[in-house]
Parts: sequence; structure tokens; C-alpha cells
Amino acid sequence: MANLSASDNYFTFFGLTPRFVFDTSALDQAYLAIQKEVHPDRHASGSDTEQRLAMQMATYANGAYRTLKDPIARGLYLCQLHGIEANLETNTAMPVQFLMKQMEWREALDDHADDLEALERLAAEVEQSRHDSLLELTDAFEQSAYGQAVDILRGLLFINKFAIELDDAIAQLV
Amino acid sequence: MALLQIAEPGMALAPHERKVAIGIDLGTTNSLVAVVRDALPKVLTNAAGQALFPSVIRYLPDGRTQGGFEALAHVIEDPKNTIVSVKRFMGRGLNDFTQHDFPYALIDEPGMVKLRTVAGDKSPVEVSAEILARLRQLAEDSVQDEIVGAVITVPAYFDDAQRQATKDAAKLAGLHVLRLLNEPTAAAIAYGLDNASEGIYAVYDLGGGTFDISILRMSKGVFEVLSTGGDSALGGDDFDRLIYMWMIQETQLSSLEPQDQRALLSAAKRAKEELSEVTEISIELKLMNGQPISMVLTRDQFERLTKPLVDKTMVSVRKALRDAQLQVGDVKGVVMVGGATRMAHVQASVGAFFKTQPLNNLDPDQVVALGAAMQADLLAGNQSKNNEWLLLDVIPLSLGLETMGGLVEKIIPRNTPIPVARAQDFTTFKDGQTGLALHIVQGEREVVDACRSLGRFELKGIPPMVAGAARIRVTFQVDADGLLSVHAIEQSSGVQASIEIKPSYGLSDAEIARMLQDGFQAAGDDMRARALREEQVEARRLLEAVGAALQEDGDLLTDVERALIRKEMALLQTLLESETNSDVLRKAIEKAAKTTDPFAEKRMNASIQRALTGKNVAEI
Repeated sequence: MANLSASDNYFTFFGLTPRFVFDTSALDQAYLAIQKEVHPDRHASGSDTEQRLAMQMATYANGAYRTLKDPIARGLYLCQLHGIEANLETNTAMPVQFLMKQMEWREALDDHADDLEALERLAAEVEQSRHDSLLELTDAFEQSAYGQAVDILRGLLFINKFAIELDDAIAQLV
Repeated sequence: MALLQIAEPGMALAPHERKVAIGIDLGTTNSLVAVVRDALPKVLTNAAGQALFPSVIRYLPDGRTQGGFEALAHVIEDPKNTIVSVKRFMGRGLNDFTQHDFPYALIDEPGMVKLRTVAGDKSPVEVSAEILARLRQLAEDSVQDEIVGAVITVPAYFDDAQRQATKDAAKLAGLHVLRLLNEPTAAAIAYGLDNASEGIYAVYDLGGGTFDISILRMSKGVFEVLSTGGDSALGGDDFDRLIYMWMIQETQLSSLEPQDQRALLSAAKRAKEELSEVTEISIELKLMNGQPISMVLTRDQFERLTKPLVDKTMVSVRKALRDAQLQVGDVKGVVMVGGATRMAHVQASVGAFFKTQPLNNLDPDQVVALGAAMQADLLAGNQSKNNEWLLLDVIPLSLGLETMGGLVEKIIPRNTPIPVARAQDFTTFKDGQTGLALHIVQGEREVVDACRSLGRFELKGIPPMVAGAARIRVTFQVDADGLLSVHAIEQSSGVQASIEIKPSYGLSDAEIARMLQDGFQAAGDDMRARALREEQVEARRLLEAVGAALQEDGDLLTDVERALIRKEMALLQTLLESETNSDVLRKAIEKAAKTTDPFAEKRMNASIQRALTGKNVAEI
């Protein structure tokens, strides 16, 4: 791996300040500027080492970009930078109220698997819930409440997973 | 096509500095080779002025081969030894084929089928290499210059096994592969640069044997693939096959001779092609036993017959659009690629779906080769910095691992930009366990059996520990060609676990070496001479790369470092001129390369800093 010490995290790699709310167009620009330098296509006539380094750097840039572009991945990464691990595999405890809502959604999906209108109503509700959680998350990060942020993020992962299943079910009908 | 304005006057490199790199469209039915000259991509033609090279190889009893039109002329009389549409067999096993009405004897080999010919059993890789070698020859005769490398196009929807097989074929044909490029992406480059397109475009590519749909965003010299989809076993051939089956049904024929099969298929193909121009066609031919066949097919009938195939492509189109999270209205234009898009109902279906007239202003047979030639020219380093474009492509099919109960755990989802790497940690479940078996698959289904098996990897030499204590990190790396490699390390002990790879496809290096040897014996060539030539090319490549790097970024080094590199390069230069043993030369290259490794790292890091301090941001 090339020396990345000049950039000890994904944010600084793109010349950005580590914050949850940031200018995504600056990220897009920095990503393209870096890919224009490191992409393997730029080094196709270089030595084997140069080609290997180019692949590693472009891989790193892609991974960093994907993490920062997605609010959930960005949030989890930011928590990690502040020493708060989400422990997604082991920590599955969620508030009862949240779990009830999830069960309600799943039942609605099962009951209306071939009712497009009902599924689309459900999708709107899920999207609203996702939107609300993201606002809460933004607040948590603004107050540097990383422990709270991680809990909201775990909830968002559940919501996202359900949204994908719901989307697949809708795709079957359209 | 319109003139391509790529290089500004005075910006292009002087002719003697230009390196010739070729673009090859290795198609199911036809192949083409193109090259950029005077800033314009041109498809190369044979002595008779033909651009399309039929992807056909005929094997003769003495081991000699015929290719292209010469082979095609014998397809009916010698169907078993005249291999057409070999691309369909690349990276495929016998159980991948549900229909077995090929006129060839297919041999079931682990990973990939072989074809039994009068000259022995041939791997599809060998047959493809014969095609590629002829295209290379055509290019060499035409450009009268050393060819430094090639960009070879593959269907975007090709999986790892099919890509690897293509790369192996190129290696066997003596080509240095600069990049495997996705066919729709190549078409987008040719189209986008030609028309200075901006916005979101779809490329609908229906070839002889494969179908791809790619959604791209083009903006200011950046080609970003947002999603891709398709079917690597659906193409114009399948339309022929439906006509063929209709002919058999109508005439109630049974148990055909291989020659008759081929004659009927050829007639079907002709009928399909002509029905793009006329609304009715009569099919006349005579079977081996003298029985005459005479029938009429209307365009309406043909379109009804083959509508399920067109519908199938539209399912992929909808899926790709959904994967890109876009609506029909977001797509500015649809570029049509591949000879099979000439069919009227294909044009109509695509036009109706996207609510726009499909773009046909580039020759659908040539556009992929033209784009490949432009990319080859870029990769060879012939474009000035201001004219360079950036291509961001994706992996078409998800990569996953088999977990308990034959289920698949996705490691890298489809449509992830490449190159990409993902690490996954594993542990042992028994005390003292020293090995771990991994099964890697590719595909979208949740059960292993419905995905393509790419390989079984066995990690050995894990230090004995209590169950659950070992931390084995397995890294999956997909490179810019879309090819996967796997590395593993046991982290708690720092021991690099040895990896034993049992590929379920592809050729081992030993097999490639044997095929090369066989090829040389047939051609009366000298294996050692070629090995030396290859190392010489490699040495020159390194010398040029380091020379250019010193000129550009020499100030990153101390005087001592610079002097050391210069000395090492001078040594290599001397050896290059005098050494006749390829092994000695290879070792010298390795040593010289090692000396420059730290320099390469410094340059890479410096370039990132430059990119961010705004020197190049202004260009975006």
C-alpha cells in the first residue's frame, strides 16, 4: 500500500474536514481530481510497481468515496473515528417501540405483497421515517453525541434493509 | 461518422514518439481491429477492403488453421471442424448449455468445455487466440510498426471466468493486454467524444451472442458507468435459432445431418438480416439427401416469433435503470450498438421504452472497435494531459462467498465502481483447526447452485489455536479489468496463510506455456527467441516509464536517490543491448524495478497532493 500517512482518514484524504454535514459537491470534485491522477488507466504504460500502486490508490479512493457519500456509512465511520464502534454483529438491542414498528411494517409487507398501492403507501411511510432519523442523526452529530448517533445509525440500517426488501417487492409488481 | 476532434494542433505527440496500441472488438460473429492515426480512430481492413473479420476458425487434419472468410467458406461442408460463435463457450462448462444442438462434439472438461476437431480437442481459449493472432497480424501489416499493446473488449455482463478466458486468449496470441474494456463503455467513448455529449445516456448493445445494457453519465471528459445489466447468452444467434426451430417445425424435419443443421442456421441468419430491409422473404435450400426446402417468412411472423427475446432484453433495461436509481425521463439518449440492433422490432421497443428515437449515427458494427482504439491510444500514453478522459466502470455481477447451508453472502455488490477491494474476517470453529475452505461465487441469486462458481480456495498453515481465536482476513480485490484476486492473512499471529487455489475455470500458467509451445512448433518459431523478445519489450517499457517519471517528478528525489536510479537504469540499458539470455534480463528488470519502487510511491502520493491543492481541480 502506498503511504497514506499524509491523510490519516477518508475526510483528510479528500482534503475535507471530518464532519457529518458537508459539501458533497466538494467531495465529488476531490474524488474526480484524485481519480484523474491515480486511476490505473493513467498508469497503464508505467512500471509494474506503478500499476500496482495505481490500483491500490484507486481502490482506496473508491472505498473512501463510497463511505463518505452514503450518510449511514459516513455516520458509522465518523463514530469510529471518535472511538465509538457500532458492533453491528453483537449489539442488536433496539428500543421496543422501534421493534414494534418494524414488525408492523413486515406484517404490512406480507399482507399486501400484491397490492401495489398499499406497498407504495408503506414505502412513503418508510421514507418519511428514514428522513426523520437522518434529521435526528444530524442533530446528534452537531452536538457531538456520538453514542446517541450510533444508536440512530443502527436503527437506520434496519430501516434501509426493510426499504430494499420493500423496493424489491414493488419491482415485482411494476 | 463525423470527424473526431481529440488532439488540438500542436498538442499531439510527434509521430516518432507515438506508440501504436490497437483496439480489438472480439465479437461472437465478427471481430474488428482499429487503431488511432492522426488523432482519428480507424477500423483496419484486409487486402480486399473488408473491415469485419468473421470470428470463425477451421481446423485442418495437419494442424493448420484457416480463419475469417476463408474458414467461413467451409462452414457448411465441414461443420465439425469449423468453429463459429466460439465466444459462447468462453469460460463455460458443459452444464451451462441447455440446448445441445451445436454441430460440434463438446468435451466436458473441468471449468471449460473443449471442442473436438480433426486436429485434436481445442479449448475455446485456443480458438479465440487464433482469431486474435490474425487480427494482430492484420494490424501489424497495416501500421508497419511495433504494437505495444491492445485493448480488448468484452461484454459488460461477462463474469470473471469469461473475462479471464479472454485475457488468456490474448496472452496466447502474443498480445500485451492494456485493458479489458466493456463493450458498451467502448461504444460510449466513441459516441461521447464524437458528439461531445453531456448527460445521462444508455447504451443498448445486442451482439451476435451477448446482450448488454449500460447506463452512463458523461460530463467534461468523465465517463461514469452508473449501472450495467444484460445476458451473456442472448444475442442475434438466438433469433436465428428461433427461425431455425420454426423451419424444422414447419417442415417436420427430424435427425438432420450436421451439414444440414449448419445450412438451415445460415439460411435463418440470412432471413433475419434481410427482414430488416424487406417485409417478406423466401427461404430456399436443398438438404444433403436432395430434399428441397422452400418456405416464406414475413417480418410480422418473425417479430411475433422472436418477441420473447426482445422482451427479455427490456427486462434487463428496466433493471439497469432501477439499479442506477433513475427514471426514463432522466436518460437523454440511447446509443444502439451491435449488428442485431438493426432489427426493426428492437429499434421500436427501445424507442418506445425510452420515449426517444434511438441513436444510430455511428455504425453499430464498428463503434465498439473505434472506442477500444481510442482507449488503447489513451492507455499507451499518446494523449496530452488536457485531452485525457477518465473512465469509471463497475463490476457487473455481485461477488460472494458460500456460507452454511449453501447460501451466498455478498461481498462486493454488482455495480460497485472498480477497482475495489473488500475484506472479510473469518475464524475457526474447532480447536487446533489449521485450514479453512472458501468457495467464491458470482451472481445475484441467494443460493450457491444458482450462481457461477469462480473458485475454491483453501487456506492452510493457520497456527493451531482454540476455536474462534484465529482472525483470518480475506481480501477480495477486483482490478480495473474486472478480474478478481484473493489474498488471506492470519492476523492474530501475523502468519500469512498460504493460499491454495483450485480454480474451477481458466488455464493454469503451465497450460498456457504448453499451448504456446505447441503453437511455436506448428509455426516453426523459436520459443526462446520469443521469450527474449518479451523481456526486451518489458525492459524498454520500464526504461521509458522511469525516464518519463524522472523528467516529470525527478525533484521529488534527493541527489543520491536520483543517482542510484540513473545508475541502475544505465545498467539495464547496457544489458538490454547485449544480453541474449531472457532469464538474466528478467532478473535485471526485477532488480531495476525494485530500485525505483520508493520513487513510484513518492510520485503517487505527490500526485494526490497536487490534485487536492487545486493545480488540477481547475480542470474539472
